[in-house]
Amino acid sequence: MSETATPLWEVFIRARNGLSHKHAGSIHAADAEMALQAARDVYTRRGEGQSIWVARSSDIIASDPVDKDMLFEPTASKIYRHPTFYDIPDDVGNM
Amino acid sequence: MYSQGLIGADGKTHEDEAFLNAFQARIDAEQKIEPNDPMPQGYRKTLIRQISQHAHSEIIGMQPEGNWISRAPTLRRKAALLAKVQDEGGHGLYLYSAAETLGVSREEVTDQLLSGAAKYSSIFNYPALTWADIGAIGWLVDGAAIMNQIVLCRCSYGPYARAMIRICKEESFHQRQGYEIMIALCNGSDEQKELAQDALNRFWWPSLMMFGPPEGDSVHSSQSMIWKIKRFSNDDLRDKFINATVPQAEHLGLTIPDPDLKWNEQKQGYDHGDIDWNEFWRVVKGDGICNRDRLKKRRKVHRNGAWVREAALAFASKHAAQQTADAQIAAE
Ligand SMILES: [Fe+2]
Ligand SMILES: [Fe+2]
Repeated sequence: MSETATPLWEVFIRARNGLSHKHAGSIHAADAEMALQAARDVYTRRGEGQSIWVARSSDIIASDPVDKDMLFEPTASKIYRHPTFYDIPDDVGNM
Repeated sequence: MYSQGLIGADGKTHEDEAFLNAFQARIDAEQKIEPNDPMPQGYRKTLIRQISQHAHSEIIGMQPEGNWISRAPTLRRKAALLAKVQDEGGHGLYLYSAAETLGVSREEVTDQLLSGAAKYSSIFNYPALTWADIGAIGWLVDGAAIMNQIVLCRCSYGPYARAMIRICKEESFHQRQGYEIMIALCNGSDEQKELAQDALNRFWWPSLMMFGPPEGDSVHSSQSMIWKIKRFSNDDLRDKFINATVPQAEHLGLTIPDPDLKWNEQKQGYDHGDIDWNEFWRVVKGDGICNRDRLKKRRKVHRNGAWVREAALAFASKHAAQQTADAQIAAE
């Protein structure tokens, strides 16, 4: 295994205009242009996409699962951020 | 294409009880495990092994069919076969990516395949001798793979489950194009029908072996089941496959090459004859008809592609600035 590793890229695909790009998977490629071509071959063989983004996996900064409670738990108690928290009489109709 | 009959899994793990209990509670609550989540070493190792074996099977599985692309009888069949083989390559790539999320590199797993250390599905060590074999492979081999893979869509490991969902969407075309080839042959001349029967005769038993050997009653207490990597026993899935496939063979007017195959009213399913597990192990251990050829070819292709990988990397490092510009354009 004397070979240099070929960089890893994350692939994001916009299924059609009006939707946002969504993570589809990853791909190995030497550079951005080849990553786009490979992503097109591997992830859009059946009209799955209108547009592709690729980003080097090493450039993605991810939150640590260990911090999950610290980051996301506080929102659980803030139920007043949801519309159902507020009482509106039925006869007012939809709001 | 395959992974149910995981060969040589080792679920042994050494974490403390509190850690394992917390992990098991998540599994029991049907929570998906994601790459950076804490997980037992045994879980990680089992998955790396299973997912990479599965990926290798897709890649080696391109060979028996790829061999027939240039000899397909019509342009329609050629286009379909080309697309199918390309899909299998794609399946291999989705799966390698899923394995890599567990901390193994693409180069490592590729090396394991090329050195012969890693296993892949025994089915691909059988040759595709006639055009009818292409029909039988799509119908039976992809059919058996679908049985396995549908269940794997619910595997507890997120990236594996997601790869399987994508793969399952593509497999249905594979099986249908194979069955259509069988229909055409069975509606053809006596000679063509004979070809179809001969392909079924050779691929039936190896297809049943794809599900792996019977595990006995211990399977429900096996580590893979407890961790919800696996959800059905090999025998359960094999029975499902047989029950689905026998009527399809009848529709073609072909005979399943098993004199002991009988409908069992009580279990509402078929009983089948004994499977030759000695043959299975012989093929797994390297003594199938095509084992040597398959690896030889894979090594040769890898070697012949080395200069391309090197040139691409050299170009990339020289044009790092250019690359940044390309990425910007791509993001528009
Ligand atoms: Fe496949
Ligand atoms: Fe397939």
